[in-house]
Amino acid sequence: MTSRTISSNSGGGSIASVSALVAVFGVLALIIAGRTIDHAMGIQAMTFIVLVTAFLVGTGMWAGNLINRNPFDESRYEDTLVKFGVFASVFWGIAGLLVGVIIALQLTFPNIFYFPEFGWTNFGRLRPLHTSAVIFAFGGNVLLATSFYVVQRTCRTRIAGGMWPWFVFWGYQFFIVLAATGYLLGVTQSKEYAEPEWYVDLWLTIVWVAYLLVFLGTLWKRKEPHIYVANWFYLSFIVTIAMLHIVNNLSIPVSWTGTKSVQVFAGVQDAMTQWWYGHNAVGFFLTTGFLAIMYYFIPKRVNRPVYSYRLSIVHFWSLIFIYIWAGPHHLHYTALPQWAQTLGMTFSIMLWMPSWGGMINGVMTLSGAWDKLRTDPVVRMMVVSLAFYGMATFEGPLMSVRAVNSLSHYTEWGIGHVHSGALGWVGYISFGALYCLVPWLYKKKALFSKSLVEWHFWISTIGILFYMISMWFAGIMEGLMWRAYNEYGFLEYSFVETVEAKHISYMIRALGGGLYFSGALIMAYNLVRTALGHGAAEPVDSKPDPYATPEPRTTLVPAE
Amino acid sequence: MYEALSSFAQTGGLVYFVLMFAGALVYALWPSNQDTFDRAANSPLEDKGPSND
Repeated sequence: MTSRTISSNSGGGSIASVSALVAVFGVLALIIAGRTIDHAMGIQAMTFIVLVTAFLVGTGMWAGNLINRNPFDESRYEDTLVKFGVFASVFWGIAGLLVGVIIALQLTFPNIFYFPEFGWTNFGRLRPLHTSAVIFAFGGNVLLATSFYVVQRTCRTRIAGGMWPWFVFWGYQFFIVLAATGYLLGVTQSKEYAEPEWYVDLWLTIVWVAYLLVFLGTLWKRKEPHIYVANWFYLSFIVTIAMLHIVNNLSIPVSWTGTKSVQVFAGVQDAMTQWWYGHNAVGFFLTTGFLAIMYYFIPKRVNRPVYSYRLSIVHFWSLIFIYIWAGPHHLHYTALPQWAQTLGMTFSIMLWMPSWGGMINGVMTLSGAWDKLRTDPVVRMMVVSLAFYGMATFEGPLMSVRAVNSLSHYTEWGIGHVHSGALGWVGYISFGALYCLVPWLYKKKALFSKSLVEWHFWISTIGILFYMISMWFAGIMEGLMWRAYNEYGFLEYSFVETVEAKHISYMIRALGGGLYFSGALIMAYNLVRTALGHGAAEPVDSKPDPYATPEPRTTLVPAE
Repeated sequence: MYEALSSFAQTGGLVYFVLMFAGALVYALWPSNQDTFDRAANSPLEDKGPSND
């Protein structure tokens, strides 16, 4: 391998510019900390200053040791960054799932798991902590790590921007820490899945624009003529999330040194903007981003090209053009005009086909290699994720129909629906990708233990089934109870009776969540032992190129 | 004004969407694109590290 010498200013320049940008924000945080008008902002600013200082000191020490070594060597892929992303995903995944189990227990046994003397343990603060941790911290880090891995390999070039991809990674972790500690302090703009306040939103905007530029820069210098379909999905995710994030967070701070801000939209316009954002966070964060993972990792793992490249193009464009209109189905029977509700419902129903296009394309990639479902639990995990994707994208259009929504809305059915998508689809495709990535990145022949993957798969699958079925049961029951009238035309049940009726379902749900959480712990153990090279995770010989041989397809070694 | 704008948005939107979808279909199904797509589909499987060309 010829090691190319890169003019040192390209590498050094990006280190300096990243450090300067971060330092500017550190100084701003210092000013805010000194002049703050509320306690929470003071803590948030100090947290940020600590993080920024650690980043600058760490970068300085690292850059000082770079004598005669180009850290951004164009003849090598940037894999260290992906390794950081993998373990950040595992860490935040476990944190987010743990908080999920805690709030499930709070709902089930409020007398045991509520601590009135500790306000920050309140359900209202822990719930956004859970949703943001699993969606943005876990899911976001999986998307960062896999997109950096995939775009380099499908473009056959190193990630662009020198230090900037590292800024994207660390800046995103700072965003997570600020958002999470903010929720615990009670800082929120009370928009679902967009709870962080104005200053955290601004920071994320900068990080996200850097992410977009790094991704585009890598595509720009690609060595492959065609942009592989996974990159199309990643790019649509990055671009659309930038647009959604900026528009939904248009707000005016009450003070530049305080946490509170006021939305520029009011009333039903605000609601429509929020659910345009909210549903497209599902569409472009939790769907297209993870479809990108599917389009790289399933073909790579089973060593077969995607079933139909044509189908991937047709379903990509239909998904992109239809998803963006589906948001109003969250606002049936509200002040939103009826035509807008109907529009959202119609587009949601139309989404069924492009969604299933993706599922069929992923599952059929296995045709001719179906035995891997039995022999490789990682492949099974990814294919089961597609089965859950297909199920959730059938259930979603069904629930968007106004008449069905009149029963399902505000009930546990909705919770069950999002978790079959989140645990089944997003979780499993992510776990599959992480199980692929660690042996590939650390150049190991296999995972530490295949049977632990089996354990993870079965424990989690049983957990998901407990979760979904109990929530269907609870949701349809409470929906029917809410609309039940007695012979005199009065409501049959008081609200608290409908809550009480869900108690057993809540217990089963907490059990299901606990099982899923245990599965993630098993995975974390297995991945760490794989990285350390224990068990079956023997080093791959340097001769057959590790990039070209996906694990566990053990190629014949010379002795055989 | 509202009537004019909304009817333009509705009919225009319909035409725009149908044309975009038709465009995507034509591109995806155009017979001579098959080779490009075959090569693209196989490209991740043939990755041998960064290209220095």
